[in-house]
Amino acid sequence: MRAKLKIWRGAAGEPGRFEHYEVAFEPGQTVLDGLRWIRVHLDPSLAIRFSCINANACKECMIRVDGKTVYACTTRLAQGDMTLEPLPNKKLIRDLVTEIAPPDERLP
Amino acid sequence: MLQADVLVIGSGGAGMYAAIAAARAGARVLLVDRSLIGRGGATVMAQMTVAVAVGEEEPDHWQHHLADTLKAGRGLCDAELSQLLCEQGPACIREMDEWGIGWARRDGHLAQVHAPGHDRKRCVYVDFLNTGPAVSKTLRARVQRIAQVQRVGDLLVTDLAIRDGVCTGAQAIHVSTGAAIPIAAKATIVATGGLTRLYARNSASLNMGGDGYALALRAGAELIDMEFVQFFPIGHLAPRLVGMDPIMWDPFRYKLGGRLLNAEKREFLPEGGRYVAARDLATYAILQEVAAGRGSPHGGAWLSFQHCAEPVLRAAFGPVIDRLAANGIDLTRQPIEVAPIAHYHMGGIRVDPDMRTGVPHLFAAGEAVGGANGANRLSGNAITEAFTFGRRAGERAAALAARIAMPEPLDHGCRRRGKTHFNPAAEIVSLQALMNTHVGPLRTRAGLEKALQDIMALAPLCAELPAPNEGLDAAWIDLHDLRNLRLVAECVARAALLREESRGAHQREDFGDTSEAWRKHQTIRLAGVELQLAS
Repeated sequence: MRAKLKIWRGAAGEPGRFEHYEVAFEPGQTVLDGLRWIRVHLDPSLAIRFSCINANACKECMIRVDGKTVYACTTRLAQGDMTLEPLPNKKLIRDLVTEIAPPDERLP
Repeated sequence: MLQADVLVIGSGGAGMYAAIAAARAGARVLLVDRSLIGRGGATVMAQMTVAVAVGEEEPDHWQHHLADTLKAGRGLCDAELSQLLCEQGPACIREMDEWGIGWARRDGHLAQVHAPGHDRKRCVYVDFLNTGPAVSKTLRARVQRIAQVQRVGDLLVTDLAIRDGVCTGAQAIHVSTGAAIPIAAKATIVATGGLTRLYARNSASLNMGGDGYALALRAGAELIDMEFVQFFPIGHLAPRLVGMDPIMWDPFRYKLGGRLLNAEKREFLPEGGRYVAARDLATYAILQEVAAGRGSPHGGAWLSFQHCAEPVLRAAFGPVIDRLAANGIDLTRQPIEVAPIAHYHMGGIRVDPDMRTGVPHLFAAGEAVGGANGANRLSGNAITEAFTFGRRAGERAAALAARIAMPEPLDHGCRRRGKTHFNPAAEIVSLQALMNTHVGPLRTRAGLEKALQDIMALAPLCAELPAPNEGLDAAWIDLHDLRNLRLVAECVARAALLREESRGAHQREDFGDTSEAWRKHQTIRLAGVELQLAS
């Protein structure tokens, strides 16, 4: 099975753009699996924040998939097109990474 | 620039407990983490129980807990550290109780269960799949209430600051912007956890890449027992399971037994449906079955709960059964596949019982410390170790800080930006595969030599760490991680090659027996770019 991922790329203050990637997957694999695969095989500059990988413990991989806010680690890859974007209501850092830390835990 | 009496690097159980203890002793604390505060690392992922001799379920004494810990450690525990863990454990567990963690209770007392390797019911828990998150949440809430603790996430410490051989803080990179941030501190505590990300099959979070070991080595500190990596025997292997930690089958086995089967659907451990085999023995047995061609399709063993009726499963694990169903798993109809996965590292930074490393003003705590668990960790000791060592390190670091002046920040100068001509994320994946194959639970001279050759070939790619590009530089983070992973991989492989015996988590197929002559530690330090091993 193949997923066609349309991923928003760019940093704060830059005009962003969508880039397209094709990811082969087995049923059950997640959007985070797909993003990790892209980083290893196609483009290590793609930024995505995560820590626990797929235990859904760290809550760091929150992004928008097809307009819905989800955890990348528990959302399954699907055959066909999927659009991945950073959270719209958080400050953009780069690509799919936004500022999600509580204000009092940021660098002063 | 940031400044504190006590700098704590890492905000898992050990780091947060250290911060609380240091602040309580009067220090101004800076708690930093490369991830979010209290959410990355190993503690938040712990799903299991916590071993502690509170004696509420049946009479107990810390000396009984110590005896079990030493026995599990196969003759290699640093007994003073083990004693600290066992003796101070009850006070920390009760303190966590006062802070509202909500340990499970039965008939008005703390509920304690029997875990493999313990001589009695000793292990407390919150909820079988929720103990780690509850620990993290309780400590996070506690830390947030202490004004003297400044918390800064998204800050990756790349090196400790060393002036005239003394630790004076650290050098860090602000991950989101790439800015270099010097930190001056009177005392510094490394609480960055272990190295299990080194292995392709692991239960680690992304930041368990041996950062603390690499920091300590480059600062001049000594590591100990680096060859002892605990593999958790029944990590989830197949079918694909998401939203759950891969060690989740352990509580199922506690409650329901379960049957571990080979390809012939035959039990190969003398368990009789109970959960009794120690971790190192179970790991070894599963891999022997795989090596003999009797493994499951994905290269592990079958774990079956088909003898349990649906109401029994649901009574034991309620909502978890629904989460399994969402993953297409029905335990009444199918066994799942499990395999050993890297889970914990017994080795680490060498400390004395005050958590002092060999470098003045540098302390360590938690899994980053080596020695308390010898060659094999007793089930339930990891969180207890995080609490007790964190608390001790925080107290001692604060006491030191009260006596000395604030050091000048160390100017590391400007690192040049460099362009990387390879994919560091891909190199990490290759290294993980190499380590799993040749430096995993079953080891041979030929395999270890092959691994070392490849590990050394990787050295020129990541000898130096350039400055990151401005903004979040994702490939630079991988390069940073690769550099630390490679150095730590070399430590594990070299120590494993020299240890010509089998003991606990270190199993040599070419030296199958435990040797009395090897009942000793190996230590490692860095001299220039060369690792020096001693025993």
